Amino acid sequence: MANGSQSSLLREFAPQIERTSIVQTLWILLLVGIIGLGFYALYIQISQGHIVTGMRDNVVWGIYIVNFIFFMGISYAGALISGTLHLFRAEWRKPIIRIAEFMTIIALLIGPCYILLCIGRLDRLYYLVIHGRIQSPITWDVIAISTDIFGCLIFLYLAILRDIAAIRDFQSLRIPSWKRKLYSFLALGYTGTPEQQKRLHKATDIMAAMVIAIAVIVYSVLAWIFSVTLQPGWHSTIFGPYFVIAAVFSGCGVMIVVMWLFRKIYHLEKFITRKHFVNVGVLMLILSALFGYFTFSDYLTKWYGSEKNDELLIRLLFDEYYWLFILSNYIGVLMPMIVVGIPKLRTISNITISAIVVILALWVNRYLIVVPTLESPYLPIQDARPAWVFYNATWVEWALTAAGIAFFALLMTIGSKFIPIVNVSEMEDKPVPEEELLA
Amino acid sequence: MKKTTENGPKKNSRRDFLRKGLMAGAGIMATGGLVEAYLDPAQAASGETMKVLTPGGEIMEVDKARLRYPRVSIKESKKGIPGRKFVMVIDLARCKNARACVEACQHGHHLPKDQEFMKVYLLQETEHTAPYWFPKPFYHCDNPLCVSVCPVGATYKRTDGIVLIDNERCIGCKFCITGCPYSTRVFAWRHYEEFNEDAFPYSPEASSPAVEGTVSKCDFCPDLIRVGKLPYCVSACPMGVIYFGDLDEDVVTNGSETFQFSQLIRDRAGYRYLEVLGTRPSVYYLPPVERQFPVDRGLDDLDEDVRARYDNTPHVKKQKR
Repeated sequence: MANGSQSSLLREFAPQIERTSIVQTLWILLLVGIIGLGFYALYIQISQGHIVTGMRDNVVWGIYIVNFIFFMGISYAGALISGTLHLFRAEWRKPIIRIAEFMTIIALLIGPCYILLCIGRLDRLYYLVIHGRIQSPITWDVIAISTDIFGCLIFLYLAILRDIAAIRDFQSLRIPSWKRKLYSFLALGYTGTPEQQKRLHKATDIMAAMVIAIAVIVYSVLAWIFSVTLQPGWHSTIFGPYFVIAAVFSGCGVMIVVMWLFRKIYHLEKFITRKHFVNVGVLMLILSALFGYFTFSDYLTKWYGSEKNDELLIRLLFDEYYWLFILSNYIGVLMPMIVVGIPKLRTISNITISAIVVILALWVNRYLIVVPTLESPYLPIQDARPAWVFYNATWVEWALTAAGIAFFALLMTIGSKFIPIVNVSEMEDKPVPEEELLA
Repeated sequence: MKKTTENGPKKNSRRDFLRKGLMAGAGIMATGGLVEAYLDPAQAASGETMKVLTPGGEIMEVDKARLRYPRVSIKESKKGIPGRKFVMVIDLARCKNARACVEACQHGHHLPKDQEFMKVYLLQETEHTAPYWFPKPFYHCDNPLCVSVCPVGATYKRTDGIVLIDNERCIGCKFCITGCPYSTRVFAWRHYEEFNEDAFPYSPEASSPAVEGTVSKCDFCPDLIRVGKLPYCVSACPMGVIYFGDLDEDVVTNGSETFQFSQLIRDRAGYRYLEVLGTRPSVYYLPPVERQFPVDRGLDDLDEDVRARYDNTPHVKKQKR
């Protein structure tokens, strides 16, 4: 591959890599500040005990677990979108696939942190390894998530390798020499020989397929943590596939919002067009239908032939949690259907707004799966202490939630300053001829 | 989180020493200052004394109420008492929510007010059925989901049917709490002063001293069983509601009355709570028929915060109307 042709496109992204503007610096400082507040909250939680959270003996898992499910869902969606689009050689994927890859790995690094926040004795965390029992779904989760992190890191690395080499070869880029050395080291001597290209291509294909499979397993295992218990709202055979669908659904929402942000900030209007929003939007529409179907099935069977405790749960959902339930399971489902379903409404901003609604709805959906179930156990909660009866997240939990989101944004920002947020090398590849695609 | 780290060799040697003491026989006291190690500082002196034989051959007089027994090690606690299969029977016809079981249990296990291993519920199946008091300990199920889901083996089922927690192993993930359909497990959300009151080395059989960030629950008091005593709740109950015994020997007792377990269950139509879940509890209930007290008696003489617990029950709501 000739250096000249590569740098033409890379030059467009050079400013992002070369320098950080004042606005960007302030943005990064803001994020670091939020993360700092999160660490302060963590310090409070560790020094004073979990009493500083809203969790108590009945609702032992709160928004930490909700965030865990949420971030893992984003990661899974990223893996599925980037993996399938790569395998299907969808031409339109090229400008947005890097965003999906970044999302996958960044959310995957943040998600598991939330499960650690629920653990009462972090000092004994290594017991999970030295005393691990394979019978426990938590052990399945430990194995699945660590495999996923490993697999996704390899996948991401393979995906950025060509761009790293391109930056290394881009002599006129004004970056400090240590950075150049870093790129040169990370490029692993990739020069784009036909043999290297062939190998890289094969490896990326294998990892794309693997990442899809691993992500399905990871997310199902996560669902099984809930459904293997006997709790009325959780003990459901549908949970594995339901969680997988909900994950990709929410991830599509995050994908669209991130696309919109990068498009605005880095002026990528030329690369990320309405077509991309519509395409991911259609994916979101299909998933909203599937998600709505699963949600309906789950609650219909709980409500129609209801056992006493299912009835209590349904009553709680339609009583205390009425508006949240409507938001997550009606508005969140119908909004993308209407906005993307009606061609006239399919503008970039409309799709982005519906994506924001989807993200909120799906977060609330997980909250409604976790919290109300724990608030309606088999034995009625008889307690005079309000905190023991109903769960209310405290500032510590919200601060750590904000810190997670800030960390996601921070890593996205830093990532985009390290590697172009649009896959430059792939953009310059010629489209794969149709005969080859079918073979 | 400070208290847990003191698990050094010093502690183990003391535990060994105590175990040897146990082998020498229950009630035998060590000499001199060591006698203190066998006396519970949290317990108020009752004035009633008893004579014990020290290993040194001396006879000493100690206060009966303060007498405590050596505990077995964590390793030993995993085995279970040989040839036993413990079972509890709770007679709902006799319970009037006196709460003596709750208080004795909290006292014996050095629990703060926030934590109850034994809870007393006011249950009522439907609008047209009678309300009744329902003491709920831990069920020590034969098919315990809590044990299945524990990722580190911190909670375990013993040969004698008892399910215990090793709070030096527990990582505090709370999966067992969500796994239990009976809401029996409690979490130490912070450190409580009461945890410090126990001067003895930790043993899962005593569930004490508790530790912040770990799970605990009713343990059927195997430390008391080993020295021929009944669990705290059983001996504290003024109504003899709770029977404790051995399924293999087919006998249960509340301290003053003793029954053949199988016959008691047959005659009084004993049942297990939520049998449908398939957890196979070791706790049986006798239905609240021919009751000794009207149910409202249980609402008398309660502390305000305890009384308020039942404010939202259908029965109390109906009364208020």
